[in-house]
Amino acid sequence: CTNDLEVQPIDPNEATATNVFKDEASYKEALAKIYATYAISGQVGGGGGAPDIQGIDENFGNYLRQYWGLQELPTDEAIMAWDDATIKNFHWQTWAPNDVFIAALYSRIFYTVTTANEFIRTTNAAIANASGTFKTELENYQAEARFLRAFSYWHAIDMFGNVPFVTEDDLPGAFSPERISRADLFTYVEKELIDLSTKLAEPKTNEYGRVDRVSAWMLLAKLYQNSTVYTGVDRNTDALTYLNKVINEGGYTFDPNYKRMFSADNDTSPEIIFPITFDGLNTQQYGGMTFVLHASNGGGMPLNGIDGGWGGIRTIKELVSKFNITESDFSAAAPEFVGADTRGMFYFNPDNWQWEVTNVGTFTNGIGVTKFKNLKADGSEAPNAHPAFVSTDFPVFRLSDAYLMYAESVVRGGAGGDVATAVGYVNQIRERAYGDNSGDITAGDLTLDFLLNERARELYWECHRRTDLIRFGKFTGGDYLWTWKGNNQTGSASESYRDLYPIPSNDLLANPNLIQNDGY
Amino acid sequence: QEKVVTGTVTDANDGMGIPGVSVVVKGTTIGTTTNIDGHYTLSVDASATIIYSFVGYRPQEIAVGNQSQINVILSIETENLSEVVVIGYGQVKKSDATGSVTAVGEDDFNKGAITSPQSLIVGKTAGVVVTTNSGEPGAGATIRIRGGSSLKATNDPLIVLDGFPLDNSGLDGLANPLSTINPNDIASMTILKDASATAIYGSRASNGVIIITTKKGVKKGLNISYNGNVSVGEVKKYTDVFNGNEFRTLVKDRVDNYGLTDFALTRLGSENTDWQDKIYRTSVSTDHNVSVFGNVMNTPFRASVGHTIENGVLKDSGIDRTTMSINATPSFFDDQLKVNFNVKGMYIDNNFSNTDAIGSAFEFDPTQAVRNGNTTYGGYTAWVDLAEADQLNGAPINIATHNPLARLAYRDNTSTVKRMISNIQFDYKIPYIPNLRANLNLGYDYSKSDGDDNTDSRASWSYREPEQNIKNYDRKNQNTLLDFYLNYTKEFGEHKIDATAGYGWQHFQREGSNYNRTIEETNGTPNIEKTTAFKNENYLVSFFGRVNYTFMDRYLLTATLRDDGSSRFSKDNRWGLFPAAAFAWKINEESFLKNVKQVSNLKMRLGYGITGQQDISDNYYPYIPVYRQSEAGAYYQFGNQFYSTLRPNPYDADIKWEETTTYNAGIDFGFFNDRITGSFDIYKRKTKDLISEIPIAAGTNFSNFLTTNVGSLENNGYEITVNYHIISNSDMSWEIGANLTHNKNEITSLSNIKSEDNNSGYDLGGISGGVGNNVMFNTVGHSANTFYLFKQVYDQNGMPIEGLYNDKTKLGGNVAGNNDNKYLMKNPTPDYLIGITSKFSYKNWDFSFAGRLSLDNYVYNNNDSNRALYQNLYNQSGYLANLPKSVLKTNFTTAQYWSDFYLENASFFRMDNITLGYSFDKIMAHKISGRISATVQNAFVITDYSGLDPEVDGGIDNNIYPRPRTFMLGVNLNF
Repeated sequence: CTNDLEVQPIDPNEATATNVFKDEASYKEALAKIYATYAISGQVGGGGGAPDIQGIDENFGNYLRQYWGLQELPTDEAIMAWDDATIKNFHWQTWAPNDVFIAALYSRIFYTVTTANEFIRTTNAAIANASGTFKTELENYQAEARFLRAFSYWHAIDMFGNVPFVTEDDLPGAFSPERISRADLFTYVEKELIDLSTKLAEPKTNEYGRVDRVSAWMLLAKLYQNSTVYTGVDRNTDALTYLNKVINEGGYTFDPNYKRMFSADNDTSPEIIFPITFDGLNTQQYGGMTFVLHASNGGGMPLNGIDGGWGGIRTIKELVSKFNITESDFSAAAPEFVGADTRGMFYFNPDNWQWEVTNVGTFTNGIGVTKFKNLKADGSEAPNAHPAFVSTDFPVFRLSDAYLMYAESVVRGGAGGDVATAVGYVNQIRERAYGDNSGDITAGDLTLDFLLNERARELYWECHRRTDLIRFGKFTGGDYLWTWKGNNQTGSASESYRDLYPIPSNDLLANPNLIQNDGY
Repeated sequence: QEKVVTGTVTDANDGMGIPGVSVVVKGTTIGTTTNIDGHYTLSVDASATIIYSFVGYRPQEIAVGNQSQINVILSIETENLSEVVVIGYGQVKKSDATGSVTAVGEDDFNKGAITSPQSLIVGKTAGVVVTTNSGEPGAGATIRIRGGSSLKATNDPLIVLDGFPLDNSGLDGLANPLSTINPNDIASMTILKDASATAIYGSRASNGVIIITTKKGVKKGLNISYNGNVSVGEVKKYTDVFNGNEFRTLVKDRVDNYGLTDFALTRLGSENTDWQDKIYRTSVSTDHNVSVFGNVMNTPFRASVGHTIENGVLKDSGIDRTTMSINATPSFFDDQLKVNFNVKGMYIDNNFSNTDAIGSAFEFDPTQAVRNGNTTYGGYTAWVDLAEADQLNGAPINIATHNPLARLAYRDNTSTVKRMISNIQFDYKIPYIPNLRANLNLGYDYSKSDGDDNTDSRASWSYREPEQNIKNYDRKNQNTLLDFYLNYTKEFGEHKIDATAGYGWQHFQREGSNYNRTIEETNGTPNIEKTTAFKNENYLVSFFGRVNYTFMDRYLLTATLRDDGSSRFSKDNRWGLFPAAAFAWKINEESFLKNVKQVSNLKMRLGYGITGQQDISDNYYPYIPVYRQSEAGAYYQFGNQFYSTLRPNPYDADIKWEETTTYNAGIDFGFFNDRITGSFDIYKRKTKDLISEIPIAAGTNFSNFLTTNVGSLENNGYEITVNYHIISNSDMSWEIGANLTHNKNEITSLSNIKSEDNNSGYDLGGISGGVGNNVMFNTVGHSANTFYLFKQVYDQNGMPIEGLYNDKTKLGGNVAGNNDNKYLMKNPTPDYLIGITSKFSYKNWDFSFAGRLSLDNYVYNNNDSNRALYQNLYNQSGYLANLPKSVLKTNFTTAQYWSDFYLENASFFRMDNITLGYSFDKIMAHKISGRISATVQNAFVITDYSGLDPEVDGGIDNNIYPRPRTFMLGVNLNF
């Protein structure tokens, strides 16, 4: 019988596109997938199979893991000991266009974009036929999907510049997407976000884990603040417009407990505007925060709720010195020295660690970082604790960042803010760090150099550093050298074209519309 | 008119009397048997006809007439395979075969303790490369016929068991699906190599077809046969690592002279433990097979039972297998309806032991004792995290090497697999239409496995994912077949036609589930559990036909056509048409050669055909947009709830068949009354619309890679087989055989990748060490799986200089940081493979051996590249690890994965088996005949390769379960 050849999936976990959305709840699950693209590598927990992207080990191919790596490893905040493929090239700033990790993040960005496009198409059709609260829900879902697409496109603007451009109008199939310039993509994302800034849920009215319009304001501010880099046009005034909204209308409040924002109960922090959520039992992943916590542990560091370290990432003296901490502050008896600025959470045991990184491959060359913990802020066991998988959420946007951005846009001459308010915001952050006003600054201290350092102190290991260093002109070149920059222990200058990552060679081959970024 | 007839029945071969010959008057039950000397006496009527028959001999009928003494010479039944070969949906006289077909019969099978069919033909046939995956009991094997014709789709040949095409997909818990079939039940294995022979199997024929035919009953009598053996296996060689004292010296040296932290010294122990010696054993295995065959109630039948206990050299590993097979071939309505009924059953208990112990034994610190008195880890020494105060019982270092003996003791990895393959074939001569037959074949293949993979809570590696500690899984595969064809034969004058046309329907279904959980708490419930399940199916529907036309018994023409529909493709691409044609010319039948005595056989063959490939591993709906639900553990949090997610899967609406076109030219020859026989084949195989998983333009589908039709590749090669009967007389016989295989594989296009760019292509060949590290590259103009590495630079003393490579791009700087400096090098497939066999017999003694010479197969020594590094000596988290001593050949500190230093020419000669046998008959009151034999399997290997074994499936050598050397004593008894 030849009719037998017409098959449909019989797997209980699979459904065809035509029948999957018969159930209204399916839309929320499809929306959850777009959020989950940042956190999880596939459809089976713990990297156990069915990965979203190929060509790389499933756990390495996790969005946040690669985003973290590409934002932090090439900077003065982190250095990697491992031998996986070209992973050391990041800190050395010697990566090449066929780098598998760069390709992975690039693929991840477009995976999220394509998945969001599909969802927008699907909800377009559904909204037309829906009514009542279900219709409102669908509209909210769609707005969030558009936000997440804009968020990923922002990563593309920031890291790759001129990339392929696809929207919900491009159906899946064999075609070559058009190339869009960095500035044009900026304009597209800006337009999307302005539209979404009134379409997304009212501030603080959405469920935890889902974005509201404050995230759109925050992302707009980020675009504008980096606009000089992205488009050559200074937009600090526009940045201040949206930062004022975030700070004054957003409803998110300053968390008095700095540590809580990096602990397993950080979902209770009032400061986090947009988290990527993780859970030891339900959101299991060897990428994401599981990676950040495990890869940064080893050499006798306290486990802080995980089962053991992988001995990969640690920091270098350049970051530690920003806290006025030196090697002699540490001792075998007190390897977790904390200075006056309590944000500096480092580990150094002189018995088996070495301050200078003579060997990049040796984890215990350098200084351990204990900022993120898989314990509650009070030190008790994490919710849904699991030894291998962490429950700590990743704070994508938080209020302190907005405070520091405000101060920076003011210093950079943006209209709509003032120095006194800026100093107030900075001191609020510093008083939390010092426990008193001993670390306060005055208006005279509020310089760009100070702000770059303050951003490192407040936001280190939160995926801001590469973007920040580029905006301040210190990422490449010889203005600022740090250990092993340029594949040299004392640091050497690197080529300025590395401010952008290359378009991965695979996509250049697959899509003739693309052009490699200058220098590569 | 009653009279007494006497006489002697003798053997045509040696002239000796044959005892026990049945001497029966035709059409009656009157008769007798011959005595010990072969004499008989029988009273018969002069008009009677006497039938003389004996198992294994061709029966004779003689009319009595006026004779009173009738001496009969019986000759051995030569229904041997040199005369008839099975082909798809039928059989053909070997001399009439037009395609490239090789049959290996029972006599030519490899000898020894063989538990799986593919081992029977290792090295026996040109063009067939069989590589066992390891020395593990029941291990799988890779079979390649004339190289691989695909990239992502399977390269395995189609296996047809007694007319039943088997499902190629594996079954978790059963390393080798072929091991279902007891080699003792196999009568022959026929390998169809070129498209003219395989095209009748259409979409599954691109990688050749292996037809396995099992033994059948006989027309007369009742016989019992026993085959048994006991074998002893031993590991031939260990990896050369540092012993305890050497290790202490090495660590001290690295501390004193190379800046290793002196903290490492505090982690050293005082023992001398040879870990490899502790995990291996000398294994003893047994195999028993009993078969009963004959004819009961006019039904020829054969029934057999086999029981195999194969123990592995790694402690605890082994299989315990029981097989059962029944074949019956009754006929009805005066032979008008013939029935062939087969059922084969298998029950196997696998103990996989814990092969992780092998790698651990290379690495675990030799200065540590097996046990150190801890209580957390059951006493087995384990590395404890530096942060722990209690360095005996504290939390373990997860990334450390775990105690090899704890590996063995604390993991229980077993499975039970049941399989039943049955088919019934009706062959019916259509009444009133002479020479027309109808054939119906119904088959059902059911396999089920149940496995447990449990880790004791005392295991130092069990802390990481406790829900992985208790794992149960089950799998079920079903394969249902319906084949129907009509066959018509006709001879008229010099013309002969044999035509077949048929329809085939086959359904495959696979399902399974996994249940993982933490060890049950005291109240019986685990605190974390996770269940996953899968299910899929696919269908194949086919129409096929074949015409064989013979003219003057000299010119043979075969044409076949198959139209296959596969459920894997959309309506527009679903059907594939696969034609083939072949021509053969029996030159020796021509008048100019007929009288040339030296030439006993000479046949030329030409073949052409197109075959297909639709078996994309693990992808059953590649053209359908499918959403996949996420499983527990991959949920996402909204509010306080965790949601399963729905993901669109990538798909290619236009995906279609792969197509392989094969050209084959061959000559079969026999000289000097077939004292020298052989064949020569040369072929070209071109595959287009290759199915591969390749990177696609970002933003166009729901992944960055897509399984799609991308390019083409070619296999070119030739094969030579020669057999020489050096001595052949009644006392002594010596036959040697050799076959040579040469195949060259080349990717000719990867269509959506620009071919002018020599960097285009994609990485593959993942290695141990780091993650995402690949050492191979598939690109146009090179063979698939070509190694892609840096060229190592050496110093004056010939030592490799760490991290220094040939600067191919001439750009300077960090050569190792630029992939463009990699070179395309050799590949793992041997350029030449030569199989050699010798069979010698003198009177009752026989002596044979079989070996293989593999030339220019390259192996990447991943054991060394990943382990022989000084940096591995001490890990910052506080543990020491042993290194292979080959580190002294490089003195590398850090990993140099892409150094071509690690790529070695692993050419080898392996003596697969040597057998000495003694045959006897007429013992025990002349009732029993048989043979006893002694065999050494895997006797020796000659190679320059530095690793343990040069035969590495896939060419990347890491952590392989060693192939043991096996000594076997075997007994065969026939009652």
